[in-house]
Amino acid sequence: MRFDNRTRPSRRQVLAGSAAAAAALAAPAVVRAQAKTIKIAVVLPRSGLFAAAGQSCHRGALAAPKVLADLGYAVELVHVDFESNVDVARTQTERAIADGAQAVVGAFESGATLAMAQVCEQRQVPLSINIASVPQLTEQGYKYLVRNFQTNAQLVSGGLELIKVLMGATGVQFKNAVFVHANDTFGTAQRAAMDRLFPAAQMPFPLLESIAYDPKAQDLAVEVTKIRALAPELVLVTTRSSDAIKLVRDMVRQRFEPKAIISPGSPGLYDEEFYQALGPLSDFHLFNLPWANPKSAVTQALAASYKVANPTNRFEVDCFNAGFTFEAIMVVADAFKRAGTADGPTLMKAVKATDIAEHVMTGGPIRFDEKGQNNNIQAAVVQNRNRTPTVVLPPDVAVAAPVVPMPAWQGRS
Amino acid sequence: MLSIWLNVVVQGILTGLLYGLMALGLSAIFGVVRLVNFAHGEFAVVAMYAAFVLFRAWGVDPLVAMLPIALVFFVVGFALQRTLINSFVGRPDHEQFILLVGLAIVLVNAVLIVFGPDAQPANLPYAFDSYMIGPLLIDKVRVYAAVAALAVCAALFGFFRFTRTGTAIRACADNLVGAAVIGLDVRRLYAITFGIGLACVGAAGSLMVTIADAVPSLGPAYTLLAFTIVIIGGLGSMAGALVAGLLIGVSEALAGFLIAPSMKSMFSFALLIAVLVLRPQGLLGKKPA
Repeated sequence: MRFDNRTRPSRRQVLAGSAAAAAALAAPAVVRAQAKTIKIAVVLPRSGLFAAAGQSCHRGALAAPKVLADLGYAVELVHVDFESNVDVARTQTERAIADGAQAVVGAFESGATLAMAQVCEQRQVPLSINIASVPQLTEQGYKYLVRNFQTNAQLVSGGLELIKVLMGATGVQFKNAVFVHANDTFGTAQRAAMDRLFPAAQMPFPLLESIAYDPKAQDLAVEVTKIRALAPELVLVTTRSSDAIKLVRDMVRQRFEPKAIISPGSPGLYDEEFYQALGPLSDFHLFNLPWANPKSAVTQALAASYKVANPTNRFEVDCFNAGFTFEAIMVVADAFKRAGTADGPTLMKAVKATDIAEHVMTGGPIRFDEKGQNNNIQAAVVQNRNRTPTVVLPPDVAVAAPVVPMPAWQGRS
Repeated sequence: MLSIWLNVVVQGILTGLLYGLMALGLSAIFGVVRLVNFAHGEFAVVAMYAAFVLFRAWGVDPLVAMLPIALVFFVVGFALQRTLINSFVGRPDHEQFILLVGLAIVLVNAVLIVFGPDAQPANLPYAFDSYMIGPLLIDKVRVYAAVAALAVCAALFGFFRFTRTGTAIRACADNLVGAAVIGLDVRRLYAITFGIGLACVGAAGSLMVTIADAVPSLGPAYTLLAFTIVIIGGLGSMAGALVAGLLIGVSEALAGFLIAPSMKSMFSFALLIAVLVLRPQGLLGKKPA
């Protein structure tokens, strides 16, 4: 086939066409920056070791768009599973950004979040942390990161303070305690915080020993034997749901019955997996954590949307993971609305200037300090009752009275 | 305090028996076929899931399910040896290694596709029960699993010692050329041995599900554990595998109790290094001629 003069393009037409093509190619960046909807990659461990918590966070993300739309925000969520693997978290974040994500939310697990923070910093894409507590995240000078979650130190110190409140409210005095923690990134950071903060908190009982365990261990029989040998009245734990199950299972098998098992700021004791595996043995464990504020209109809206999006799950169980994940998305959506652009540096500036008074979790307005940390989050004492997390302290938000010492393992139903 | 020590040692012995059974299959296969089954742990995981499914779907207790699972694994092992692995016997080690690692990858991914990556607890009705014998407090599941492991080991030793096929297999292990010269069907005996090895791991996996949740990612850890036990006990020595299993079970329990639980697996490897340095042929292994 050959062109004749009528169909052959002129030099001017070629130049004009090239300019148009170049403009079309450049357009996505401009359009992206000025789009009305922001594309957010929600990177979570939806499979693997942290799957239970990751799925729980994911359910919060699924419920988020409807609530945010009603609040006047427009978001497009891309759901990414990092398989509880730090390397996968890094590569999946790279991939999500390459595929057009303008902000990243995640990642529940501190090690993975650190890896993602490096990627977001290099690509100048805001990272809004839903749950991850290691101090390095806000201490290493990252400019493209905010954390609407407590640090290990805040979790532990808040958790310890609430133990004093619990002792005051119930009149039960613990004579001694043992701290049991997983030796993963989160667990060792919690241990460091405990070593530093326990003496400073002037607790009215001694900490006999801190015992680290491998969260991938088949069982925790030796660990429980070691705890039993120390005969503590209080067991402080930093667990994930799968190892919390192993821990309680071996405590029951070895008939070890402390007065209370309290998590001063860690997951594990309130996951659906924990309730299903242990049934009545999952009741009466305590955890001192920020929780969903039932009096907030946003919480109520999220609970309603959650029910529609996840009809087979319970918001009461998921509200910690779901609530913080929702808030992390909300922070980005709110910043995008104010900035009017998804351009990384401008969007990040708006994220840093966040001031959201009405939100889901307990505590004051969501605001970030110069390091990107929200210091306004407050914890509550939550106790498992009839396989449901129930706020028992402080009294102004409590819906039931705390039960300490916990009833014996035998005879529970 | 003495009772605590006793508890730790007994726990270690009970766990060690299970470890021993797990390693026995690997040892039997290596002792006769001279091939290291690098898919050993993955077969154990498949057995765990089989026991899990039988319990969840039909309420078959893993202690009972152990028998049909071991039988099926025997058939699978026999067929696998005849159809695939036999052509690799006598070939360079790296070729055997690649074949079995490939098999392991296929197995673990098949489990992942069917069951997903999450832990699956069997939740047996007696999972929380324990026996109180004087100062000893022993988990019921651990006792059941250890007794079953001991029974399987006894049956296996009996088979190799008192049956004609068992004796023929031992003859193959001792002198392959001699066995072939007197007319033994070596290929068939190899297949039977591989089947027995897999039956052992099938039984061990079924018992394992009583004390641990089934997770696809456990495979490499079990292979490494079995391999460590077999090297400590002596490659090819079944009695050595059992002794080493017990030794590792007890040393892990004591190390976890005395030093740090998170460091207990380190002691298995310390033991391995010590044996390799002081007695390279393993505790009950024969010195190479």
